[in-house]
Amino acid sequence: MEKNRVAGAARKAFFAFLEMLPLLLSILLLVSLFITLVPKSLYVKIFTKNTALDSIVGAILGSVSAGQPVTSYIIGGELLKAGVSLIAVTSFIISWVTVGIIQLPAECYYLGKRFGFLRNFLSFIFAIVISLLVVLCLRFV
Amino acid sequence: MKTKKIGGIIFFIITILIYIVLYFINKQLFFHSLLYFWHIFLKLFYILLIVFFFIFITNLFLKPKTIIRYLGKGSGIKGWIISIVAGIISMGSIYLWYPMLKDMKEKGMSEGLIAVFLYNRAVKIPILPVMIYYFGWIFVAFLTFFMVLFSIFLGIIMDRSSVL
Repeated sequence: MEKNRVAGAARKAFFAFLEMLPLLLSILLLVSLFITLVPKSLYVKIFTKNTALDSIVGAILGSVSAGQPVTSYIIGGELLKAGVSLIAVTSFIISWVTVGIIQLPAECYYLGKRFGFLRNFLSFIFAIVISLLVVLCLRFV
Repeated sequence: MKTKKIGGIIFFIITILIYIVLYFINKQLFFHSLLYFWHIFLKLFYILLIVFFFIFITNLFLKPKTIIRYLGKGSGIKGWIISIVAGIISMGSIYLWYPMLKDMKEKGMSEGLIAVFLYNRAVKIPILPVMIYYFGWIFVAFLTFFMVLFSIFLGIIMDRSSVL
């Protein structure tokens, strides 16, 4: 019985991992292309190094994106290496999962319009606030 | 689930096609991108093995679908804690969770607890090694702490607004 449970969990984990793999490889390939193709000067234009503005831009980009959280870590991590500010990347990875513009119709359908709109709006604001707090705390460490 | 699997494969095929086209348009960019990809892939490979191990442990010991069944009316502080934990350990597409949350709402689960559950889906323990690799564990610790804290604020606001 116990052996079956372990084998079942291993099988499930293996298939979950296998399912994740094509998407993960695609994201890595596309991020590599994007980072190589787009000059760093463009990031400087989009992300102005203005703390408030960068966190808002990051949150907007995360809100309109959807997918596995791991994808946002990879994109965010590579953008950070390319020179994008930590605050923008942080609000981007938070809003990636917590705000779902693409999923909003489904959320409203199942849980109600008021719930869907309010939850997403608050999550958007929180993504900006949390990114500010995290970066602020890191300065003191 | 099947659609999601096929979707991933189609996305991968499209990406490969983009690279094939790129090879004929700009060979230098093709090789630079591929080199960059290989560089990230090698670094991420070992971390992905840890991710696999964490998914296995989660599947073995934790059953979020069973846990969430305890989130009915009057679940109190326990309900908040369970919502946070269930959100963190929940896996799979959000679309699979909406019908179940709707059902739970009808059975008495508050809007606040639903919001807490949905918010904590952003905290994913199995894939934290990837986040630590890119951002460091101090960043991850702060982020996780604030995410969980703000999920509670979100839940309180959602609960208050639902009675207005």
